[in-house]
Amino acid sequence: MPPPAPTLTTTTGSVLLVLSIVVPVAGVLLAFALGDRYCRLVVFTVMPFGIAIAAAILMLLPLSEGHLVYLLGAWPPPLGVALRADGLSAVMLATVAIVICAVAIFAATDFRPTEAKTRAPFAFWILLLAIWGALNTIFVGGDLFTLYVALELLTFAAVPLVSLDGRAETLRSALRYLLFALLGSVLYLSGTALLYGLHGTLDILLLSHRVSVEPGALIAAALMTTGLLAKTALFPLHLWLPPAHAGAPAAASAILSGLVVKGSFFILLRLWFDVMPALPGFAVPQLLAALGAGAIVFESVVALRQERLKLLIAYSTLAQIGYLFLMFPLAFGASGRLESGQALAGGLLQAISHATAKAAMFMAVGSIYGGLGHDRITGLRGVARALPLSVLAFALGGIALMGLQPSGASLAKELLLQKAMSTGQWWWAIVLQAGGIFTAAYVVLVLAHALAPADEPIALISPASRSRDLAALALALCSLSLGLMPWEHYLPLPHGGALKLFDLDALSKFLLPAMGGATLAILLSPWPHPLACSAVWKNLMRVLGPFRRTCLGFGGLVERGDDALRQWPAASISLVVVTLLLAASMFAANS
Amino acid sequence: MSIATLFEIVLAAVVLGLAIWTITVSETYSAAVGFVAYGLLVALIWVRLDAVDVAMTEAAIGGGLGGIVLLGAAARLRESEAMTAERPGRVVRLCAAALSASIAMVLAVAVLILPDPAPTLAPTVISNAGATGLANPVTNVLMAFRAMDTMLEKVVLMLAIVGVWSLASDQAWGGRPGPRHEADPNGVLAFLARLTPPAGIVIGIYLLWTGADHPGGAFQGGAVLASMWLLVIMAGLADTPPVSSRSLRLILVAGPGVFLVVGLGGLCFGPAFLAYPVAFAKPLILGIEVAMTLTIAATLALLLAGAPERSATR
Repeated sequence: MPPPAPTLTTTTGSVLLVLSIVVPVAGVLLAFALGDRYCRLVVFTVMPFGIAIAAAILMLLPLSEGHLVYLLGAWPPPLGVALRADGLSAVMLATVAIVICAVAIFAATDFRPTEAKTRAPFAFWILLLAIWGALNTIFVGGDLFTLYVALELLTFAAVPLVSLDGRAETLRSALRYLLFALLGSVLYLSGTALLYGLHGTLDILLLSHRVSVEPGALIAAALMTTGLLAKTALFPLHLWLPPAHAGAPAAASAILSGLVVKGSFFILLRLWFDVMPALPGFAVPQLLAALGAGAIVFESVVALRQERLKLLIAYSTLAQIGYLFLMFPLAFGASGRLESGQALAGGLLQAISHATAKAAMFMAVGSIYGGLGHDRITGLRGVARALPLSVLAFALGGIALMGLQPSGASLAKELLLQKAMSTGQWWWAIVLQAGGIFTAAYVVLVLAHALAPADEPIALISPASRSRDLAALALALCSLSLGLMPWEHYLPLPHGGALKLFDLDALSKFLLPAMGGATLAILLSPWPHPLACSAVWKNLMRVLGPFRRTCLGFGGLVERGDDALRQWPAASISLVVVTLLLAASMFAANS
Repeated sequence: MSIATLFEIVLAAVVLGLAIWTITVSETYSAAVGFVAYGLLVALIWVRLDAVDVAMTEAAIGGGLGGIVLLGAAARLRESEAMTAERPGRVVRLCAAALSASIAMVLAVAVLILPDPAPTLAPTVISNAGATGLANPVTNVLMAFRAMDTMLEKVVLMLAIVGVWSLASDQAWGGRPGPRHEADPNGVLAFLARLTPPAGIVIGIYLLWTGADHPGGAFQGGAVLASMWLLVIMAGLADTPPVSSRSLRLILVAGPGVFLVVGLGGLCFGPAFLAYPVAFAKPLILGIEVAMTLTIAATLALLLAGAPERSATR
């Protein structure tokens, strides 16, 4: 796709882009001014407007040749700031609107305004709207500094969500998150300053015409990329994510894991695919994907060793963040630049699938936690009978991520695999398959425990809430049906659809990873299996026993290695090393 | 070599030395003091670079208010500092130092090879100043050309307040932030807190007003007002307002709120969101800045005061 000609005029209907930012921000101000009692009301008033705006942008975009531009204050760039939307922005805007609304419905009872004033509802509802506004700004911002401001908005809205319950432990996670995210901000900002010094503009479109292969731009790219990687928690810059996402209240975890990490990821896409597609050369995409592969292997193994369900999902989020980075080498075309094609579409689809499915799974786990009073995997027996809807939502979200057609993840995997084959990069095809198998492993592991019959009926400490379960279920179903959406209007998909739904080998494509996952779960999870007393299991263990012990030992080693990487000294050194590596490989590729 | 160059060399050497000392010194309190001095000296560098607006902001935030936060935190940590003797090993520290130095070198190289003269928007900014009627180019960029960024930054400040307040315990929610300060009513602090604010308030308002045509503006003015308010609070002459107070909430949203309303006015009656009609540009911008100054002053002071700790009645 050739870069679009610079459009320096406002297009019709693009006022929607302004509204997509202004409406949530106005909600934030209103909720803050009105105070505790009305916060939730403000959010539920803003919600229909937000959805309507996202839907209107989705409908308007194909009518206006796939581009919407709005010049703020009628000042054209480089002096002023433009808002721009393309297909990627439109689908992300819609995703965020849907996930935020589902989470709001889920959280409505947990964070209801009470007579005894508490701070948690006040903070939660304001921050929810702020995250919405920040993400929308990221999706439609046309200027690298505006994106920085949006990133700050996102960070400052996300960090307090982590410590919403006020325990000392979550406070420590929040502080860890804040400090590391600020390091990322500094790196991104210094890169932005360098780019302004080089080209006198930060407008994405203008920069894309001016940036050339020169040392300053390469250094700026390395700094900004590392900063964004730190905020996206790509391995090995992931020290902050597991405690933060596992310690937050369920609704907050759903937002943090589903949406917030996608914000910095989206800016990374803008940077590489729009601002400087010619800069990375061959090595940098390979390096990014190698880190992604490291995340998939390391964090999946660590996830399978977790006893607490929330931590398990938090670690699997890390693995799936790694999965998102596999698109970079696949998008690297014969022209020597990153091409906005099938690989980008696949990567973005995976991000959207993960956003919806992961939010649903965190919400389901929140319901399970609320019902049982704990979320230990070993104590899940019989929960499927006590909380059927929650377990169903978890299962559907997990199955969607495992890639059962027509889920978004299956479509994404198909697109990426095709691209890996057509570019001859078979090694990434292996990693893609491994990612699918590891996802299957943890879903199967949890379901095996949850579906096992209990010896005695479980006593729930609080009854299941229908609306909460339905919100999670709706999101999971949404993720499961993403493959049916008309993506070709918004994403650069190959012509003619290219993908047959429900063909014969679709089932095998789902079942093989599922079986591989089940094997991995048996081999790598140290917790006693729910069927451990059955004869089949004992026979199986007689054969697999020694091998399983070896695997468990390996898993232990990986966990210890990951633990070491998540200490401050190691993580900070990783941050600097990644910056230098990125810069060095770009210099090597372009010299 | 002229006197000015000599001064610059000495300044650079002192700033670098102070920076290294701040990093290497083992006691947190000394590091905080070093950082405050560092902030003030960096402000001097900005003055030398003719960026007076930046210098004032750096002095106010890096040297002033940021310094108070750091010193307060260091004072709190002082007792527990001796116990947390956990330090990374020598190899790790050397490795970190070497890697950080190489990053600094890469940055220095990047800055040195920037094109000279730098591509800049400054002439465009000045030639478009007529649209707002303000002569200070920095104010024009902040309030007109990149107004969206400024507005969103104010929302970030508000979120910081929400973040700090969310650290309160549920019992104290809605109460007054920070401890109740008691000072000798006849002491030096109380004397200063009576003497300085009248002048300080005038200076704050002047900085806001002069920001239209000269260095200054809402942020600098707001920072001065905030420090005056804090002085009075610390001297025990006034108490922090309860966070549930409606008028306080209104002041805290006034800046971004007025900005948003004026922006929407541009959308409804003018050419675009955040566009000002030429005839009313200056009064509109000044109106926004007045609201922003109040918001910034209240926000900065409350950020320093901390989370609600006491019920409103005490």
